[in-house]
Amino acid sequence: MYKSLADAIRDAEASGRTLSATALALESKDQGRTVEDIRGALRRALEVMRGAVERGLEGDLRSASGLVGGDALLVARSSAGPMSNTLFSDVLARALAVQEVNAAMGVIVAAPTAGGAGVLPAVLTGLARNRGIGDEAVIDALATAGLIGAVVAERASLSGAEGGCQAETGAAAGMAAGAATEMLGGTPTQVGHAVSLTMQGTLGLVCDPLGGLVELPCVFRNATGSALALAGIEMALAGITFAIPVDEVIDVMGEIGRNMDVRYRETAGGGLAATPTGRRLAKERLVQIRTAPR
Amino acid sequence: MVSLLDIIGPVMVGPSSSHTAGACRIGLLVRGLVGGTPEKARIELHGSFARTGEGHGTDKALAGGLLGFRPDDERLRDALDIMEREGLDYQFEKTTISDDAHPNTCRLTVERAGQIATVIGSSLGAGRIRLSEIDGYPVELTGTLPTIVLVAADQKGSVARIAGILAEQSVNLATMRLSRIERGGDAFMTIECDEPPGDSARAAIEHLDWVKWVRTLDKVGG
Ligand code: SF4
Repeated sequence: MYKSLADAIRDAEASGRTLSATALALESKDQGRTVEDIRGALRRALEVMRGAVERGLEGDLRSASGLVGGDALLVARSSAGPMSNTLFSDVLARALAVQEVNAAMGVIVAAPTAGGAGVLPAVLTGLARNRGIGDEAVIDALATAGLIGAVVAERASLSGAEGGCQAETGAAAGMAAGAATEMLGGTPTQVGHAVSLTMQGTLGLVCDPLGGLVELPCVFRNATGSALALAGIEMALAGITFAIPVDEVIDVMGEIGRNMDVRYRETAGGGLAATPTGRRLAKERLVQIRTAPR
Repeated sequence: MVSLLDIIGPVMVGPSSSHTAGACRIGLLVRGLVGGTPEKARIELHGSFARTGEGHGTDKALAGGLLGFRPDDERLRDALDIMEREGLDYQFEKTTISDDAHPNTCRLTVERAGQIATVIGSSLGAGRIRLSEIDGYPVELTGTLPTIVLVAADQKGSVARIAGILAEQSVNLATMRLSRIERGGDAFMTIECDEPPGDSARAAIEHLDWVKWVRTLDKVGG
């Protein structure tokens, strides 16, 4: 796959194709699989994503610690907020739903990781429903998201343990923003700006899950990550350009991650995990593996 | 080379690709070593597997893998109940394998139909795994390709002979590794193939009188 989004954008614009078509053509060549076959795998991913959104919105799931679950339904049902019953609140509810399924050992698509798995389905399926966009276009958008994620994996990292949460929910938000911008008719160049405009807002975000478990704040960080993606899409489609090239934004995310103190990289040694209440909850709720009597 | 489908995928049971999906894959590979679901297992968890294992369902995922469930199988969630219902005796312990072991490491001692295997495996992140030791032999098994493992008396020409058999059966070799604990003792051979080697290749290898046992392992990921 491409190692630079600038290269992919240049190839797409030169050939008059979308980024998804450009990415699918290269993937087909790289992996020796037909484009139809790759789209088939993405179609299955979309089905699983939709299944997770629906399952989470039933509202009855609880995580192993009991710390998360049921909040997606709260948002979906609420009419108290300024954004209630809009695309925005629907996207938040979807992101929470997928992560609640993940925390309760349900089936999700790790995209790019399990911890950041809520953002992409939330933004893409939420927008598709809102705008009446068909599955084929959503599948193409998933290919664009895969391209963006592959570039981030190559130049920076997609792992909270390596790069903090900017590498998980931050990367997921960038992927979702770029993918949705193409799905809504943006040019390849606008896709690049959507990624930059979104990821600049997640730079420095630490990975600080309570007790080291993918629960808190992970579930909520997928919701706020989705909100940032919506902001990035809105700005990019309005025609805003971000002065720092997208590859450089991705590079600096990697650099910040490498310089991040180990306490902020999934070790539960810093951030929310190390607050007095974070520590207390982890101690009280962290269920222990049943070991054999010695 | 990063593939689009590595990024949009895998489909898996949550919550963690290293602590859940990777743990399940370790279980699946170890199951293959004894040729099916073990009746007994002692599962020792090290580092982060011991510390956050239950919250991440690592125990369920390892047991589920031993039962033959893949990382996207929802039965993983109920694997401990299923194991009890089937009368299987799997025990979990916390341990320190070594100070420099990868944080997500476990040692599994499994038994099936009189055959026993002791394996050390680690989950490296993003669902990738590595078995680093089998019955005391240092190995490097990732489960990303169909693999033949065998123990044979260490003698001259054994590698060439086995490579020859696989060539006759038109099985493409990807990698081949040999390890032994002492010179002149038994050797452990790990052979990764491009496609599943098939029963006749296995039978031909088993037929060699200096081969003590052989197993073919399905690929379990990536
Ligand atoms: S806080 Fe850490 S574990 Fe949670 S989603 Fe972010 S990167 Fe993943």
